[in-house]
Amino acid sequence: MKLRLGLCLVVGVTLVVLLGPLWADLLPDTIHWDDMAVPPDATYWLGTDVMGRDLYVRTLQGGQVSLSVGLLATLVSMLIGVGYGMVAGYVGGRVDAVMMRLVDVFYALPFLFLVILLMVFFGQHLWLLFVAIGCYLWLDMARIVRGQTLSLKHQSFVEAAHALGQSHGHILRRHILPNLRGVVVVYATLTIPQVIMIESFLSFLGLGVQEPLTSWGSLVNEGAENMSVAPWALLFPAFFLSVTLVGFNLLGDGLRDRWDPAMTNKAK
Amino acid sequence: MLNTLLKRVLWGIPVLWLVLTLTFFLLRAAPGGPFDQERVLAPDVAQLVAEKYQLDQPLFHQYTQYLQAIVQGDLGPSFQYADHSVNDLIALGLPVSLQIGFWALCVALILGVTLGMVAALHANRWPDLVAMLVAVIGISTPNFVIAPLLILWLAVHWQWLPVGGWAGGEWTHLILPVLTLSLPFIAAIARLVRGSLLEVLALPHVRTARAKGLSSAAVMRRHVLRPAMLPVVSYLGPAAVGLMTGSVVIEQIFGIPGLGRYFVQGALNRDYTLVLGVVLVIGLMMLLFNLLVDLLYRWLDPRIQESS
Repeated sequence: MKLRLGLCLVVGVTLVVLLGPLWADLLPDTIHWDDMAVPPDATYWLGTDVMGRDLYVRTLQGGQVSLSVGLLATLVSMLIGVGYGMVAGYVGGRVDAVMMRLVDVFYALPFLFLVILLMVFFGQHLWLLFVAIGCYLWLDMARIVRGQTLSLKHQSFVEAAHALGQSHGHILRRHILPNLRGVVVVYATLTIPQVIMIESFLSFLGLGVQEPLTSWGSLVNEGAENMSVAPWALLFPAFFLSVTLVGFNLLGDGLRDRWDPAMTNKAK
Repeated sequence: MLNTLLKRVLWGIPVLWLVLTLTFFLLRAAPGGPFDQERVLAPDVAQLVAEKYQLDQPLFHQYTQYLQAIVQGDLGPSFQYADHSVNDLIALGLPVSLQIGFWALCVALILGVTLGMVAALHANRWPDLVAMLVAVIGISTPNFVIAPLLILWLAVHWQWLPVGGWAGGEWTHLILPVLTLSLPFIAAIARLVRGSLLEVLALPHVRTARAKGLSSAAVMRRHVLRPAMLPVVSYLGPAAVGLMTGSVVIEQIFGIPGLGRYFVQGALNRDYTLVLGVVLVIGLMMLLFNLLVDLLYRWLDPRIQESS
């Protein structure tokens, strides 16, 4: 049930965000001088903000940015995490111990503070946002992938591949990686809402996505500043943001219940 | 035992050093300086200012000087708040942040554990479903969304609570920040407690306890709660990190003069020493807190000591 509800929410939000702008004939950054802070009506479906910009188009455009940041930064964290975890688990021994000790150290650091610094100093670039968030969120993935690799390593098909004289690179690519697919998909799904949350957190502080682009976080920020004049400018982006996060979290939870081998023998 | 403790403390030193070094050079690589203002300073004035704060020295020299000062407990002068040392500013901000963080953690633990227990004891019936739905929504709603909504509703519309500010730590000013800061953690803890309680309740030693006729309250108290709390205890470390970062937003929204605000303001103003000082204090607190959590964990689960 979780899985289905989550999937519906995610697909629904994505479709609305991608296709919604096709029905609107307004532009996201046109300023309607006579219609500032107008509540939702027939022309402005979600009202306008205090600068007279249409919120329907802006919310959807912000959604496109938030979702793509979510996907791309998750990809970055996935690449780092899977690579790191696979090597640590496969090589094992002292290398593994040092690599995982490093992950422990990173866990204890207030990493987001460094990300904030990075964005303050070198911000204004979307790609930096992907990389910074991706570099921050790879730890969980690395841990889980390492655990899986460790148990896969001792399976007989890997030993057979060794006996056939296949190289380590080949074994990692052809025998280990395909078997990690399930776990990676599950945890990537759970990373997406975290990324979106961090992106909107940074944008809320004014450090993430910059004008004229917008994201749900920046919209919530603007809405919160003027909430006594135009509460709808806060409510609609906040609603979209929360629904998306609930959707991805449910989807990830559902997938984990179904696929993660560590979960199958536990009480669900 | 003492040995592992000492090891943990010694591990902390290189970690702190790494963070400080990273932050130091990140700050210096950033464009702009602490005294860049709209009105450009006269060259000789700029020269004097740079000399006063030793900004004219070679970078590596500044770095070693800074590390030496830190070892002696001196975090240097603030560049932005003239006449204040970073030590002063942290002495002002830290108690405020600690107070909010402490209460938020307490609220999160009490409400989270209660909610999780209710859910687990009524597993798959309506209290469980309601509690878990609330938890998913709680985890998925960022606190910078909840905070303005609560302000709008409780402070602006009903005027029950102050909109923001600190007022010397009066309790009415604490309620909203603490509540919003703790909400996501209430949700996360509730989910953890539910999961681990269900797992522990299915263990053989619990069945034995029931079979020998203990009341369910006694089974709970003596045989279930302690092992079921283990995941919560190990979650406390990440939770503390989350509380720290959450407080940046909370302090910004409610206008509270804590460490998080100093950090963001300091970064925006290129107040090198202030940012470094805050990073150092936060790093130190994280290490201490993780140490405490470790000790608590060992006390709850004595099996750990044998294996390490």
